Amino acid sequence: MSQGILVFVEQRGGQVRKASLEALSEAHRRAAAVGGDVSAVLIGSGVKGLAAQLGKFGAKKVLVVDNAALENYSTETFTQALTEAVKKVSPKYVFAACTSMAKDFIPRAAARLDAACVSDAMDFVTEGANLCPVRPMYSGKTFGTYSLSGDLSFITLRPNVFALSEAGGDAAVEDLSLEISAPKAKVVAVHAAEGNKVELSEAAIVVSGGRGIKGPENWPVLQGLCDALGAALGASRAVVDAGWIDHQFQVGQTGKTVSPQLYIACGISGAIQHLAGMSSSKVIVAINKDPEAPIFKHATYGIVGDVLEVVPKLTDAVRKLHEHN
Amino acid sequence: MKIAVCVKAVPDTEAKIAIADGKKNIDFAGVRFVTSPYDEFAIEEALKLKEKLGGDTTVISMGGAECTDVLRDSLARGIDNAVHLNDADFAGLDTLSTAKVLASAIKDGGYEIVFMGQQGVGGDNSQVPSMLAELLGFAQATMAVKFECDGTTFKAEREIEGAHEFIEGSLPAVISAQKGLNEPRYPGIKGVMAARRKEIAVKDAAALGVKGQVGGANLKATIKEMALPPERPQGRKIEGDSDAQVSELVKLLRSEAHVL
Ligand SMILES: Cc1cc2nc3c(=O)[nH]c(=O)nc-3n(C[C@H](O)[C@H](O)[C@H](O)COP(=O)(O)OP(=O)(O)OC[C@H]3O[C@@H](n4cnc5c(N)ncnc54)[C@H](O)[C@@H]3O)c2cc1C
Repeated sequence: MSQGILVFVEQRGGQVRKASLEALSEAHRRAAAVGGDVSAVLIGSGVKGLAAQLGKFGAKKVLVVDNAALENYSTETFTQALTEAVKKVSPKYVFAACTSMAKDFIPRAAARLDAACVSDAMDFVTEGANLCPVRPMYSGKTFGTYSLSGDLSFITLRPNVFALSEAGGDAAVEDLSLEISAPKAKVVAVHAAEGNKVELSEAAIVVSGGRGIKGPENWPVLQGLCDALGAALGASRAVVDAGWIDHQFQVGQTGKTVSPQLYIACGISGAIQHLAGMSSSKVIVAINKDPEAPIFKHATYGIVGDVLEVVPKLTDAVRKLHEHN
Repeated sequence: MKIAVCVKAVPDTEAKIAIADGKKNIDFAGVRFVTSPYDEFAIEEALKLKEKLGGDTTVISMGGAECTDVLRDSLARGIDNAVHLNDADFAGLDTLSTAKVLASAIKDGGYEIVFMGQQGVGGDNSQVPSMLAELLGFAQATMAVKFECDGTTFKAEREIEGAHEFIEGSLPAVISAQKGLNEPRYPGIKGVMAARRKEIAVKDAAALGVKGQVGGANLKATIKEMALPPERPQGRKIEGDSDAQVSELVKLLRSEAHVL
């Protein structure tokens, strides 16, 4: 019988993703109900040094698949490494942070093992020893609670939703050495995009601009607030389509999904497709000159006013606050 | 070159969503179905590839009667053939069963490339392309924002967190389209007229050889309950001039919301 939870811990360039540690923390919290242990798997080249720290987030055991052929991520090589780790551990559930890497290869791994796969879980309901993931559907207009059947299920967890906790202890580190097969497609290069210092989908605070900022010449106004808050910059589709900013900044149904602690919508009307990408934010602030703008129905705090007047004042106020602390 | 495109008929993204009785699905009464927006990029990429290398394009959609208009829309844009995978067994499939049905329709067809949207809006799973690639034993590139193909190899670019990934591989492959891949063309009058006269091939579970293998007891992930999201508590508008608004906002974010 399969038991326990195996967490795929994503790293790039020797940097473990915070969202993976959130998934590991959640696995630790759910382990008692599920039964069995929490283990983690790290895949890459020269990544063994990252393993020990995973103990405190809840991993009892860390499997390390360390191989020069895994230096760069590629779908097929990571699918092989993960599925071999799954066979070794026989977990009931495999967790991973819902990132662009996980979206690419977790379903492939699930298909290889003929297992269920549920993406973007935001919560769990337990039914005996079974986990029922709860996830947004129809762009967050509904939530589905899933029943999973079979001995094995893959679940990806939305970043920034599950709390980090360091309630674990020490982890045993174990090597899993594999002969990695040559993939039919591989990543030949990764180029850093000019963009946010803090990744949009993982940022604790997001400041987004829409058509109400009047023109691309006003991005520095929002960037100033981002810098003061340590926030990531986001945008509505209208301004992406207008060519004011690159698509990587777009929040919404056809952009990124974010769930920060604080989302500040500046000159954004609050179209349903925009809400799809940010409505799970903890606190939403809307700054809009139209008191009837739909965004106000979703905002925790609303300011009716001119974004170009309000934002610089807010930036100053935040800077002053930080100076005093 | 034989090119397949998988498309899904989904509720119009503007549709108001209500939960059906039984709470297992949304209420489809009165909902207008459209081609899933990402699939439009897949259709366009298939047409562009055919224009470049020649060949034959086939659009495939699994589902009920709602697929017909969506398939006609693809034909109107210039896709050559349409296949409708329709069977009572195909209702309410999970992602893996969906991928199995699509694989059964594609595997012996001699297709060298399959385009599809990176996500079917509604289900929002983003899983079927990778599963399909696995079941077919094809290479894959998901969420592609750039794509090039010479008939035997391909190059794709995808956006990841804070970077772009450049992928190279050999055909056959499944490519899933992200917004930005291209600018989809819209069907012209001539295309719409021609599409009306075209035959849509219909295949059921038996014809596809998947009778008893998908749906029903084969489902691994099923919706136990669907619910509307919790209402956000009524928000508060902050009054006063901009100085007063800003200082009140900062105060609330600190001492009430505890996010600063
Ligand atoms: C299939 C599909 C997918 C889509 N996906 C997305 C998506 O992923 N993300 C997304 O954002 N949209 C998406 N959209 C588009 C969406 O419907 C809206 O068109 C878009 O979000 C509007 O952007 P906006 O709020 O910046 O612009 P607008 O709707 O034009 O709103 C601008 C707002 O700025 C306010 N304003 C103007 N001047 C000022 C000022 N000086 N100070 C303060 N406020 C001011 C106005 O009152 C208005 O409310 C999608 C649409 C479709 C059909």
